[in-house]
Amino acid sequence: MVLLTLNGVTKRFGGLLANNNVSFEVDEGEILGLIGPNGAGKSTLFEQINGFYPPTAGRIEFRGQSLVGLRPDQVNRLGIGRTFQKVKPFLGMTVIENVMVAAMQYDPDPAKARRDALTFLEIVELADQRDTSARSLSIGGRKRLEMARAMATKPRLLLLDEVTGGVDQRTIPTLLQLISRLRKEQGLTLVVIEHNMRVIMSISDRIVALHLGEVIANGTPAEVVRSPKVIEAYLGDSFVVPETNRAPGSGRA
Amino acid sequence: MATAAAAEQGMGARRGLGLGGIVFIVLVAAALAFPVVFRLPYHRDLAIRILLYATMAQAWNILAGYCGQVSLGHAVFFGTGAYTASALQMHWGVNPWIGLIAGVAVAVALSQGIGRPCFRLRGHYFAIATIAIGEIIHTLAINWDFIGGARGLTLPIKQDSLLAFQFSGSKFIYYYIVLALMAGCFLVTWHIERSRIGYYLRAIREDADAAQSVGIPVAKYKLIAIAISAAFVAMGGTFYAQYTLYLDPDSVFPLSLSILVCLLAVVGGVGTLWGPLVGTALMIPLSEWTRIQFGGTGSGVDLIIYGGLLTTVAVFQPTGFVGLVRRWRRR
Repeated sequence: MVLLTLNGVTKRFGGLLANNNVSFEVDEGEILGLIGPNGAGKSTLFEQINGFYPPTAGRIEFRGQSLVGLRPDQVNRLGIGRTFQKVKPFLGMTVIENVMVAAMQYDPDPAKARRDALTFLEIVELADQRDTSARSLSIGGRKRLEMARAMATKPRLLLLDEVTGGVDQRTIPTLLQLISRLRKEQGLTLVVIEHNMRVIMSISDRIVALHLGEVIANGTPAEVVRSPKVIEAYLGDSFVVPETNRAPGSGRA
Repeated sequence: MATAAAAEQGMGARRGLGLGGIVFIVLVAAALAFPVVFRLPYHRDLAIRILLYATMAQAWNILAGYCGQVSLGHAVFFGTGAYTASALQMHWGVNPWIGLIAGVAVAVALSQGIGRPCFRLRGHYFAIATIAIGEIIHTLAINWDFIGGARGLTLPIKQDSLLAFQFSGSKFIYYYIVLALMAGCFLVTWHIERSRIGYYLRAIREDADAAQSVGIPVAKYKLIAIAISAAFVAMGGTFYAQYTLYLDPDSVFPLSLSILVCLLAVVGGVGTLWGPLVGTALMIPLSEWTRIQFGGTGSGVDLIIYGGLLTTVAVFQPTGFVGLVRRWRRR
Protein backbone atom coordinates (compact mmCIF):
# COMPACT_ATOMS: atom_id res chain seq x y z
CA MET A 1 0.00 0.00 0.00
CA VAL A 2 1.25 3.46 -0.87
CA LEU A 3 1.75 5.59 2.24
CA LEU A 4 3.25 8.77 0.84
CA THR A 5 2.93 10.18 -2.67
CA LEU A 6 4.94 13.07 -4.08
CA ASN A 7 3.67 14.28 -7.42
CA GLY A 8 5.44 17.02 -9.36
CA VAL A 9 6.75 18.70 -6.21
CA THR A 10 8.54 21.93 -7.14
CA LYS A 11 10.08 24.44 -4.77
CA ARG A 12 11.53 27.81 -5.76
CA PHE A 13 13.41 30.18 -3.47
CA GLY A 14 13.49 33.27 -5.67
CA GLY A 15 15.76 32.34 -8.57
CA LEU A 16 16.86 29.07 -7.01
CA LEU A 17 15.04 25.94 -8.07
CA ALA A 18 15.48 23.67 -5.05
CA ASN A 19 13.12 20.92 -6.18
CA ASN A 20 11.97 20.45 -9.75
CA ASN A 21 9.02 18.20 -10.53
CA VAL A 22 9.92 15.56 -7.95
CA SER A 23 7.64 12.51 -8.02
CA PHE A 24 7.97 9.22 -6.14
CA GLU A 25 6.00 7.02 -3.79
CA VAL A 26 6.79 5.44 -0.44
CA ASP A 27 5.18 2.08 0.25
CA GLU A 28 4.03 1.02 3.68
CA GLY A 29 6.73 -0.88 5.56
CA GLU A 30 9.67 0.01 3.34
CA ILE A 31 12.88 1.86 4.09
CA LEU A 32 13.52 4.40 1.36
CA GLY A 33 16.95 6.00 1.11
CA LEU A 34 17.24 9.53 -0.23
CA ILE A 35 20.69 10.39 -1.58
CA GLY A 36 22.31 13.17 -3.55
CA PRO A 37 25.12 15.73 -3.32
CA ASN A 38 24.87 18.77 -1.03
CA GLY A 39 22.28 21.16 -2.36
CA ALA A 40 20.39 18.45 -4.26
CA GLY A 41 17.19 19.40 -2.42
CA LYS A 42 16.85 16.42 -0.06
CA SER A 43 16.23 18.38 3.11
CA THR A 44 14.04 20.89 1.27
CA LEU A 45 11.87 17.97 0.24
CA PHE A 46 11.61 16.89 3.89
CA GLU A 47 10.67 20.40 4.97
CA GLN A 48 7.84 20.40 2.43
CA ILE A 49 6.51 17.01 3.48
CA ASN A 50 6.58 18.20 7.09
CA GLY A 51 4.83 21.46 6.39
CA PHE A 52 7.72 23.77 7.25
CA TYR A 53 7.76 25.13 3.68
CA PRO A 54 4.83 25.09 1.25
CA PRO A 55 5.71 23.64 -2.16
CA THR A 56 5.61 26.13 -5.07
CA ALA A 57 3.77 23.51 -7.11
CA GLY A 58 2.84 19.83 -6.92
CA ARG A 59 0.98 17.50 -4.62
CA ILE A 60 2.07 15.72 -1.45
CA GLU A 61 -0.34 13.12 -0.11
CA PHE A 62 -0.16 10.93 2.96
CA ARG A 63 -2.58 7.99 2.98
CA GLY A 64 -4.65 9.80 0.38
CA GLN A 65 -4.81 13.09 2.27
CA SER A 66 -3.11 16.22 0.96
CA LEU A 67 -0.43 17.65 3.25
CA VAL A 68 -0.09 20.91 1.33
CA GLY A 69 -1.11 23.87 3.47
CA LEU A 70 -0.96 21.97 6.75
CA ARG A 71 1.20 23.19 9.63
CA PRO A 72 4.05 20.96 10.88
CA ASP A 73 2.14 20.03 14.04
CA GLN A 74 -0.87 18.98 11.96
CA VAL A 75 1.36 16.87 9.71
CA ASN A 76 2.80 15.21 12.80
CA ARG A 77 -0.63 14.46 14.20
CA LEU A 78 -1.55 12.74 10.93
CA GLY A 79 1.27 10.27 11.57
CA ILE A 80 4.56 11.63 10.24
CA GLY A 81 7.50 11.96 12.61
CA ARG A 82 10.86 13.50 11.82
CA THR A 83 14.37 14.21 12.99
CA PHE A 84 16.46 17.20 11.99
CA GLN A 85 19.65 17.41 9.95
CA LYS A 86 21.11 19.64 12.62
CA VAL A 87 19.81 17.97 15.77
CA LYS A 88 17.30 19.98 17.75
CA PRO A 89 16.79 18.40 21.15
CA PHE A 90 15.17 20.55 23.84
CA LEU A 91 18.52 21.29 25.49
CA GLY A 92 17.14 22.89 28.63
CA MET A 93 15.11 19.79 29.47
CA THR A 94 16.12 16.37 30.72
CA VAL A 95 16.38 13.42 28.36
CA ILE A 96 13.06 11.95 29.46
CA GLU A 97 11.29 15.31 29.40
CA ASN A 98 12.25 15.63 25.73
CA VAL A 99 10.31 12.47 24.98
CA MET A 100 7.49 13.22 27.44
CA VAL A 101 6.66 16.40 25.54
CA ALA A 102 6.05 14.28 22.44
CA ALA A 103 4.14 11.56 24.30
CA MET A 104 1.79 14.17 25.81
CA GLN A 105 -0.03 14.31 22.51
CA TYR A 106 -1.75 11.13 23.71
CA ASP A 107 -1.33 11.42 27.47
CA PRO A 108 -1.69 14.90 28.93
CA ASP A 109 -0.90 13.50 32.38
CA PRO A 110 2.86 13.92 33.01
CA ALA A 111 3.13 10.72 35.07
CA LYS A 112 1.60 8.62 32.29
CA ALA A 113 3.59 10.43 29.61
CA ARG A 114 6.72 9.68 31.64
CA ARG A 115 5.95 5.98 31.61
CA ASP A 116 5.31 6.09 27.87
CA ALA A 117 8.50 8.05 27.28
CA LEU A 118 10.54 5.53 29.21
CA THR A 119 9.60 2.70 26.86
CA PHE A 120 10.84 4.74 23.91
CA LEU A 121 14.05 5.63 25.74
CA GLU A 122 14.61 1.94 26.34
CA ILE A 123 14.30 1.26 22.61
CA VAL A 124 17.04 3.80 21.83
CA GLU A 125 19.05 2.74 24.89
CA LEU A 126 18.95 6.06 26.68
CA ALA A 127 16.88 4.95 29.67
CA ASP A 128 19.87 5.08 32.01
CA GLN A 129 20.46 8.73 31.21
CA ARG A 130 16.81 9.70 31.50
CA ASP A 131 17.22 12.31 34.23
CA THR A 132 20.35 13.98 32.91
CA SER A 133 20.17 17.14 30.83
CA ALA A 134 19.81 16.61 27.08
CA ARG A 135 22.79 18.97 26.82
CA SER A 136 25.05 16.28 28.27
CA LEU A 137 24.43 13.84 25.37
CA SER A 138 26.90 13.35 22.52
CA ILE A 139 25.78 13.95 18.92
CA GLY A 140 25.01 10.22 18.55
CA GLY A 141 23.02 10.34 21.77
CA ARG A 142 21.14 13.40 20.64
CA LYS A 143 20.26 11.71 17.34
CA ARG A 144 18.90 8.71 19.22
CA LEU A 145 17.00 11.05 21.53
CA GLU A 146 15.43 12.74 18.51
CA MET A 147 14.37 9.34 17.19
CA ALA A 148 12.79 8.44 20.53
CA ARG A 149 11.06 11.81 20.63
CA ALA A 150 9.71 11.39 17.10
CA MET A 151 8.58 7.84 17.86
CA ALA A 152 6.71 8.95 20.97
CA THR A 153 4.25 10.75 18.69
CA LYS A 154 3.43 7.27 17.34
CA PRO A 155 4.00 7.99 13.65
CA ARG A 156 3.43 5.57 10.78
CA LEU A 157 6.11 7.26 8.73
CA LEU A 158 9.41 8.45 10.15
CA LEU A 159 11.63 10.85 8.21
CA LEU A 160 15.26 10.71 9.33
CA ASP A 161 17.57 13.46 8.13
CA GLU A 162 21.24 12.41 8.11
CA VAL A 163 21.25 9.74 10.75
CA THR A 164 25.02 9.30 10.82
CA GLY A 165 26.08 12.91 10.12
CA GLY A 166 28.55 13.99 12.81
CA VAL A 167 28.36 10.60 14.51
CA ASP A 168 31.59 8.74 15.23
CA GLN A 169 32.24 5.52 13.34
CA ARG A 170 31.79 3.26 16.34
CA THR A 171 28.27 4.53 17.01
CA ILE A 172 27.02 4.12 13.43
CA PRO A 173 26.29 0.35 13.68
CA THR A 174 24.12 0.93 16.77
CA LEU A 175 22.10 3.55 14.93
CA LEU A 176 21.64 1.25 11.94
CA GLN A 177 20.50 -1.64 14.08
CA LEU A 178 18.08 0.75 15.70
CA ILE A 179 16.59 1.73 12.34
CA SER A 180 16.14 -1.90 11.29
CA ARG A 181 14.51 -2.64 14.64
CA LEU A 182 12.16 0.30 14.27
CA ARG A 183 10.76 -1.16 11.12
CA LYS A 184 10.58 -4.70 12.44
CA GLU A 185 9.27 -4.06 15.95
CA GLN A 186 7.32 -0.82 15.55
CA GLY A 187 6.08 -1.49 12.02
CA LEU A 188 7.38 1.87 10.87
CA THR A 189 7.93 3.07 7.35
CA LEU A 190 11.09 5.14 7.01
CA VAL A 191 12.54 7.68 4.62
CA VAL A 192 16.22 8.21 5.37
CA ILE A 193 18.52 10.93 4.05
CA GLU A 194 22.09 9.72 4.27
CA HIS A 195 25.51 10.50 2.79
CA ASN A 196 27.29 7.36 3.92
CA MET A 197 26.75 5.00 0.95
CA ARG A 198 27.65 1.87 2.85
CA VAL A 199 25.02 2.79 5.43
CA ILE A 200 22.27 3.67 2.99
CA MET A 201 22.84 0.57 0.86
CA SER A 202 22.76 -1.74 3.82
CA ILE A 203 19.46 -0.48 5.24
CA SER A 204 17.40 0.68 2.24
CA ASP A 205 14.93 -1.39 0.24
CA ARG A 206 14.90 1.29 -2.38
CA ILE A 207 16.90 4.43 -3.10
CA VAL A 208 15.86 7.70 -4.73
CA ALA A 209 18.74 9.86 -5.95
CA LEU A 210 18.35 13.62 -6.35
CA HIS A 211 20.59 16.00 -8.23
CA LEU A 212 19.99 19.73 -8.68
CA GLY A 213 16.49 19.26 -7.35
CA GLU A 214 15.50 16.51 -9.76
CA VAL A 215 15.09 12.76 -9.39
CA ILE A 216 17.88 11.10 -11.37
CA ALA A 217 17.38 7.52 -10.20
CA ASN A 218 14.77 5.46 -8.35
CA GLY A 219 15.33 1.75 -7.76
CA THR A 220 16.95 -0.92 -5.64
CA PRO A 221 20.31 0.00 -4.06
CA ALA A 222 22.13 -2.21 -6.58
CA GLU A 223 20.42 -0.50 -9.53
CA VAL A 224 20.95 3.01 -8.23
CA VAL A 225 24.69 2.69 -7.54
CA ARG A 226 25.23 1.39 -11.07
CA SER A 227 23.24 4.20 -12.68
CA PRO A 228 25.62 6.31 -14.81
CA LYS A 229 23.79 9.51 -13.84
CA VAL A 230 24.25 8.79 -10.13
CA ILE A 231 27.91 7.94 -10.60
CA GLU A 232 28.50 11.13 -12.53
CA ALA A 233 26.57 13.44 -10.20
CA TYR A 234 27.24 11.94 -6.81
CA LEU A 235 29.38 8.88 -6.39
CA GLY A 236 32.27 9.62 -8.76
CA ASP A 237 34.18 7.20 -11.00
CA SER A 238 36.31 5.87 -8.17
CA PHE A 239 33.29 4.58 -6.24
CA VAL A 240 33.45 0.87 -5.45
CA VAL A 241 30.07 -0.77 -4.97
CA PRO A 242 29.89 -2.09 -1.42
CA GLU A 243 28.56 -5.57 -0.79
CA THR A 244 24.85 -5.20 -0.19
CA ASN A 245 24.13 -8.61 1.27
CA ARG A 246 25.90 -7.63 4.45
CA ALA A 247 23.98 -7.53 7.71
CA PRO A 248 23.31 -3.91 8.62
CA GLY A 249 26.15 -2.37 10.56
CA SER A 250 28.19 -5.54 10.85
CA GLY A 251 31.33 -3.90 9.56
CA ARG A 252 33.10 -0.67 10.24
CA ALA A 253 32.81 1.83 7.46
CA MET B 1 14.33 -2.67 31.33
CA ALA B 2 12.66 -3.95 34.46
CA THR B 3 15.18 -2.17 36.66
CA ALA B 4 14.59 1.16 34.95
CA ALA B 5 10.85 0.84 35.49
CA ALA B 6 11.34 -0.18 39.12
CA ALA B 7 13.66 2.74 39.81
CA GLU B 8 11.06 4.92 38.15
CA GLN B 9 8.39 3.85 40.62
CA GLY B 10 10.61 4.64 43.58
CA MET B 11 11.05 8.22 42.36
CA GLY B 12 7.81 9.62 43.67
CA ALA B 13 7.81 7.77 46.99
CA ARG B 14 10.67 9.43 48.83
CA ARG B 15 9.30 12.94 48.55
CA GLY B 16 7.89 14.16 51.84
CA LEU B 17 7.67 17.54 53.52
CA GLY B 18 11.30 18.56 53.04
CA LEU B 19 13.12 21.78 53.81
CA GLY B 20 11.29 23.46 50.95
CA GLY B 21 7.90 22.57 52.42
CA ILE B 22 8.81 23.99 55.83
CA VAL B 23 10.15 27.21 54.33
CA PHE B 24 6.94 27.49 52.31
CA ILE B 25 4.69 27.14 55.37
CA VAL B 26 6.73 29.68 57.33
CA LEU B 27 6.53 32.13 54.42
CA VAL B 28 2.76 31.75 54.07
CA ALA B 29 2.30 32.32 57.81
CA ALA B 30 4.58 35.37 57.68
CA ALA B 31 2.70 36.78 54.68
CA LEU B 32 -0.64 36.35 56.42
CA ALA B 33 0.58 37.88 59.70
CA PHE B 34 2.54 40.77 58.18
CA PRO B 35 -0.03 43.62 58.33
CA VAL B 36 -1.08 42.55 61.82
CA VAL B 37 2.49 42.91 63.06
CA PHE B 38 3.57 45.87 60.94
CA ARG B 39 1.09 48.69 61.42
CA LEU B 40 2.94 51.62 59.89
CA PRO B 41 1.53 52.65 56.49
CA TYR B 42 5.07 52.81 55.14
CA HIS B 43 5.79 49.14 55.83
CA ARG B 44 2.41 48.05 54.58
CA ASP B 45 2.84 50.11 51.43
CA LEU B 46 6.23 48.54 50.78
CA ALA B 47 4.78 45.05 51.25
CA ILE B 48 1.85 45.85 48.95
CA ARG B 49 4.20 47.04 46.25
CA ILE B 50 6.36 43.94 46.59
CA LEU B 51 3.30 41.72 46.18
CA LEU B 52 2.02 43.74 43.22
CA TYR B 53 5.37 43.70 41.43
CA ALA B 54 5.85 40.01 42.20
CA THR B 55 2.49 39.29 40.56
CA MET B 56 3.53 41.19 37.46
CA ALA B 57 6.98 39.63 37.38
CA GLN B 58 5.40 36.18 37.65
CA ALA B 59 2.90 36.96 34.89
CA TRP B 60 5.79 38.13 32.71
CA ASN B 61 7.64 34.96 33.64
CA ILE B 62 4.83 32.75 32.28
CA LEU B 63 5.32 34.24 28.82
CA ALA B 64 9.03 35.07 28.85
CA GLY B 65 10.50 32.59 31.31
CA TYR B 66 8.54 29.46 30.48
CA CYS B 67 7.59 30.14 26.86
CA GLY B 68 10.72 32.12 25.97
CA GLN B 69 8.90 35.09 24.42
CA VAL B 70 10.65 38.06 26.02
CA SER B 71 8.24 40.97 26.17
CA LEU B 72 9.40 44.48 26.97
CA GLY B 73 5.93 45.92 26.64
CA HIS B 74 4.07 44.43 29.57
CA ALA B 75 3.17 47.89 30.90
CA VAL B 76 0.56 47.88 28.11
CA PHE B 77 -1.48 45.28 29.97
CA PHE B 78 -0.95 47.03 33.31
CA GLY B 79 -2.20 50.32 31.89
CA THR B 80 -5.09 48.59 30.12
CA GLY B 81 -6.24 47.03 33.38
CA ALA B 82 -5.88 50.32 35.24
CA TYR B 83 -7.56 52.51 32.62
CA THR B 84 -10.39 50.16 31.63
CA ALA B 85 -11.69 49.82 35.17
CA SER B 86 -11.14 53.51 35.94
CA ALA B 87 -12.69 54.86 32.75
CA LEU B 88 -15.75 52.62 33.18
CA GLN B 89 -16.09 53.90 36.73
CA MET B 90 -15.62 57.58 35.82
CA HIS B 91 -17.93 57.64 32.84
CA TRP B 92 -20.62 55.13 33.70
CA GLY B 93 -20.18 54.46 37.40
CA VAL B 94 -19.33 50.82 36.81
CA ASN B 95 -18.29 48.95 39.93
CA PRO B 96 -14.47 48.48 40.00
CA TRP B 97 -14.76 44.71 40.50
CA ILE B 98 -16.72 44.50 37.27
CA GLY B 99 -14.16 46.93 35.86
CA LEU B 100 -11.44 44.48 36.89
CA ILE B 101 -13.06 41.73 34.84
CA ALA B 102 -13.57 44.13 31.93
CA GLY B 103 -9.92 45.17 32.21
CA VAL B 104 -8.86 41.54 32.02
CA ALA B 105 -11.08 41.02 28.98
CA VAL B 106 -9.70 44.05 27.15
CA ALA B 107 -6.10 43.16 28.04
CA VAL B 108 -6.54 39.56 26.88
CA ALA B 109 -8.12 40.75 23.62
CA LEU B 110 -5.26 43.21 23.17
CA SER B 111 -2.70 40.49 23.91
CA GLN B 112 -4.14 38.35 21.12
CA GLY B 113 -4.05 41.31 18.74
CA ILE B 114 -0.40 41.94 19.64
CA GLY B 115 0.55 38.27 19.70
CA ARG B 116 -0.84 37.22 16.36
CA PRO B 117 1.51 39.34 14.24
CA CYS B 118 4.40 39.65 16.72
CA PHE B 119 4.84 35.94 17.48
CA ARG B 120 5.96 35.51 13.89
CA LEU B 121 9.08 37.35 15.01
CA ARG B 122 11.67 35.41 16.92
CA GLY B 123 14.06 36.29 19.72
CA HIS B 124 15.20 39.90 19.86
CA TYR B 125 12.84 40.96 17.11
CA PHE B 126 9.84 40.01 19.21
CA ALA B 127 11.22 41.99 22.16
CA ILE B 128 11.80 45.04 19.95
CA ALA B 129 8.26 44.82 18.54
CA THR B 130 6.80 44.77 22.06
CA ILE B 131 8.79 47.90 22.98
CA ALA B 132 7.39 49.63 19.90
CA ILE B 133 3.80 48.63 20.67
CA GLY B 134 4.24 49.67 24.29
CA GLU B 135 5.40 53.12 23.24
CA ILE B 136 2.61 53.49 20.66
CA ILE B 137 -0.05 52.73 23.24
CA HIS B 138 1.65 54.98 25.80
CA THR B 139 1.52 57.85 23.29
CA LEU B 140 -2.10 57.11 22.38
CA ALA B 141 -3.06 57.24 26.05
CA ILE B 142 -1.35 60.63 26.47
CA ASN B 143 -3.40 62.02 23.60
CA TRP B 144 -6.76 60.40 24.29
CA ASP B 145 -8.95 62.92 26.11
CA PHE B 146 -11.68 60.39 26.91
CA ILE B 147 -9.35 58.82 29.47
CA GLY B 148 -7.98 62.14 30.67
CA GLY B 149 -5.03 62.45 28.29
CA ALA B 150 -1.75 63.48 29.86
CA ARG B 151 -3.58 64.87 32.92
CA GLY B 152 -4.71 61.41 33.86
CA LEU B 153 -7.74 60.32 35.87
CA THR B 154 -8.58 61.00 39.48
CA LEU B 155 -11.04 58.47 40.80
CA PRO B 156 -13.93 59.68 42.99
CA ILE B 157 -13.45 58.97 46.69
CA LYS B 158 -16.21 56.77 48.08
CA GLN B 159 -17.21 55.28 51.41
CA ASP B 160 -14.70 52.58 52.42
CA SER B 161 -16.05 49.16 51.48
CA LEU B 162 -14.98 45.96 49.85
CA LEU B 163 -17.67 46.46 47.21
CA ALA B 164 -16.31 49.88 46.27
CA PHE B 165 -12.73 48.54 46.32
CA GLN B 166 -11.68 51.55 48.44
CA PHE B 167 -10.16 51.67 51.89
CA SER B 168 -8.81 55.14 52.47
CA GLY B 169 -8.58 54.58 56.22
CA SER B 170 -6.06 51.75 56.19
CA LYS B 171 -3.98 49.68 53.84
CA PHE B 172 -4.93 46.55 55.73
CA ILE B 173 -7.49 45.21 53.23
CA TYR B 174 -5.49 46.30 50.19
CA TYR B 175 -2.69 44.12 51.47
CA TYR B 176 -4.86 41.02 51.58
CA ILE B 177 -6.41 41.71 48.20
CA VAL B 178 -3.02 41.94 46.50
CA LEU B 179 -1.78 38.96 48.50
CA ALA B 180 -4.70 36.94 47.11
CA LEU B 181 -3.91 38.22 43.61
CA MET B 182 -0.29 37.15 43.92
CA ALA B 183 -1.25 33.79 45.40
CA GLY B 184 -3.63 33.23 42.49
CA CYS B 185 -0.93 34.07 39.97
CA PHE B 186 1.58 31.77 41.68
CA LEU B 187 -0.98 28.98 41.92
CA VAL B 188 -1.70 29.22 38.21
CA THR B 189 2.03 29.21 37.44
CA TRP B 190 2.55 26.24 39.75
CA HIS B 191 -0.21 24.37 37.96
CA ILE B 192 1.19 25.30 34.53
CA GLU B 193 4.64 24.12 35.56
CA ARG B 194 3.46 20.62 36.33
CA SER B 195 0.93 20.06 33.58
CA ARG B 196 1.09 19.55 29.84
CA ILE B 197 0.92 23.24 29.01
CA GLY B 198 4.09 23.87 31.03
CA TYR B 199 5.98 21.17 29.16
CA TYR B 200 4.71 22.56 25.87
CA LEU B 201 5.71 26.12 26.74
CA ARG B 202 9.22 25.02 27.73
CA ALA B 203 9.54 22.97 24.54
CA ILE B 204 8.56 26.05 22.51
CA ARG B 205 11.17 28.08 24.41
CA GLU B 206 13.87 25.51 23.70
CA ASP B 207 13.12 25.04 20.00
CA ALA B 208 9.92 26.08 18.25
CA ASP B 209 10.60 23.98 15.13
CA ALA B 210 11.24 20.83 17.12
CA ALA B 211 8.15 21.55 19.21
CA GLN B 212 6.03 21.77 16.07
CA SER B 213 7.54 18.56 14.75
CA VAL B 214 6.15 16.65 17.73
CA GLY B 215 2.65 17.98 17.21
CA ILE B 216 2.59 21.09 19.39
CA PRO B 217 0.52 23.91 17.83
CA VAL B 218 3.15 26.53 18.67
CA ALA B 219 1.19 29.65 17.72
CA LYS B 220 -1.81 28.57 19.80
CA TYR B 221 0.26 27.92 22.92
CA LYS B 222 2.12 31.22 22.61
CA LEU B 223 -1.25 32.98 22.46
CA ILE B 224 -2.46 31.06 25.52
CA ALA B 225 0.69 32.08 27.39
CA ILE B 226 0.35 35.76 26.55
CA ALA B 227 -3.37 35.69 27.44
CA ILE B 228 -2.71 34.30 30.93
CA SER B 229 0.16 36.72 31.36
CA ALA B 230 -1.88 39.74 30.24
CA ALA B 231 -4.81 38.77 32.48
CA PHE B 232 -2.77 38.84 35.69
CA VAL B 233 -0.93 42.04 34.79
CA ALA B 234 -4.28 43.71 34.02
CA MET B 235 -5.67 42.68 37.41
CA GLY B 236 -2.56 44.24 38.93
CA GLY B 237 -3.33 47.41 36.96
CA THR B 238 -6.88 47.66 38.26
CA PHE B 239 -5.62 47.06 41.78
CA TYR B 240 -3.05 49.83 41.35
CA ALA B 241 -5.70 52.29 40.17
CA GLN B 242 -7.95 51.51 43.13
CA TYR B 243 -5.01 51.69 45.50
CA THR B 244 -3.67 55.08 44.41
CA LEU B 245 -6.99 56.46 43.09
CA TYR B 246 -5.03 58.41 40.52
CA LEU B 247 -3.42 57.32 37.30
CA ASP B 248 -1.78 58.95 34.31
CA PRO B 249 -0.08 57.45 31.26
CA ASP B 250 3.41 58.02 32.62
CA SER B 251 2.73 56.02 35.75
CA VAL B 252 1.03 52.97 34.17
CA PHE B 253 2.32 52.80 30.58
CA PRO B 254 6.04 53.67 30.75
CA LEU B 255 8.75 51.54 29.18
CA SER B 256 10.61 51.72 32.49
CA LEU B 257 7.80 49.72 34.13
CA SER B 258 8.02 47.01 31.44
CA ILE B 259 11.75 46.80 31.95
CA LEU B 260 11.47 46.75 35.73
CA VAL B 261 9.05 43.81 35.62
CA CYS B 262 11.48 41.94 33.40
CA LEU B 263 14.46 42.80 35.65
CA LEU B 264 12.76 41.54 38.78
CA ALA B 265 12.14 38.14 37.23
CA VAL B 266 15.60 37.94 35.68
CA VAL B 267 17.39 38.71 38.94
CA GLY B 268 15.27 36.17 40.79
CA GLY B 269 15.45 33.49 38.11
CA VAL B 270 13.48 33.25 34.86
CA GLY B 271 11.48 30.12 34.16
CA THR B 272 11.31 29.22 37.84
CA LEU B 273 8.27 29.39 40.13
CA TRP B 274 9.92 31.36 42.95
CA GLY B 275 12.30 33.51 40.92
CA PRO B 276 9.93 36.45 40.40
CA LEU B 277 9.05 36.67 44.10
CA VAL B 278 12.67 36.34 45.21
CA GLY B 279 13.77 38.98 42.70
CA THR B 280 11.05 41.40 43.77
CA ALA B 281 11.65 40.84 47.47
CA LEU B 282 15.34 41.68 46.93
CA MET B 283 15.10 44.54 44.48
CA ILE B 284 12.13 46.63 45.64
CA PRO B 285 13.40 47.10 49.22
CA LEU B 286 16.86 47.74 47.83
CA SER B 287 15.64 50.54 45.59
CA GLU B 288 13.61 51.89 48.52
CA TRP B 289 16.72 51.86 50.72
CA THR B 290 18.86 53.69 48.18
CA ARG B 291 16.15 56.31 47.78
CA ILE B 292 16.16 56.92 51.54
CA GLN B 293 19.95 56.88 51.74
CA PHE B 294 20.66 59.20 48.87
CA GLY B 295 17.45 61.21 48.78
CA GLY B 296 16.84 63.68 45.96
CA THR B 297 20.56 64.23 45.36
CA GLY B 298 21.11 60.58 44.63
CA SER B 299 18.10 59.99 42.41
CA GLY B 300 19.12 57.30 39.96
CA VAL B 301 21.42 55.49 42.38
CA ASP B 302 18.86 52.68 42.55
CA LEU B 303 19.06 52.44 38.78
CA ILE B 304 22.85 52.17 38.96
CA ILE B 305 22.50 49.33 41.46
CA TYR B 306 19.85 47.65 39.27
CA GLY B 307 22.12 47.88 36.26
CA GLY B 308 25.06 46.51 38.20
CA LEU B 309 23.02 43.61 39.56
CA LEU B 310 21.58 42.79 36.18
CA THR B 311 25.03 42.73 34.60
CA THR B 312 26.30 40.51 37.38
CA VAL B 313 23.38 38.13 36.96
CA ALA B 314 23.73 38.02 33.17
CA VAL B 315 27.46 37.33 33.32
CA PHE B 316 27.84 35.04 36.31
CA GLN B 317 24.44 33.58 37.10
CA PRO B 318 22.04 33.59 34.14
CA THR B 319 19.65 31.35 36.04
CA GLY B 320 19.19 34.10 38.65
CA PHE B 321 19.11 33.90 42.39
CA VAL B 322 16.97 30.76 42.44
CA GLY B 323 19.53 29.04 40.21
CA LEU B 324 22.27 30.00 42.65
CA VAL B 325 20.38 28.51 45.58
CA ARG B 326 19.72 25.32 43.61
CA ARG B 327 23.42 24.99 42.88
CA TRP B 328 24.31 25.38 46.57
CA ARG B 329 21.77 22.79 47.60
CA ARG B 330 23.06 20.26 45.10
CA ARG B 331 26.51 20.36 46.68
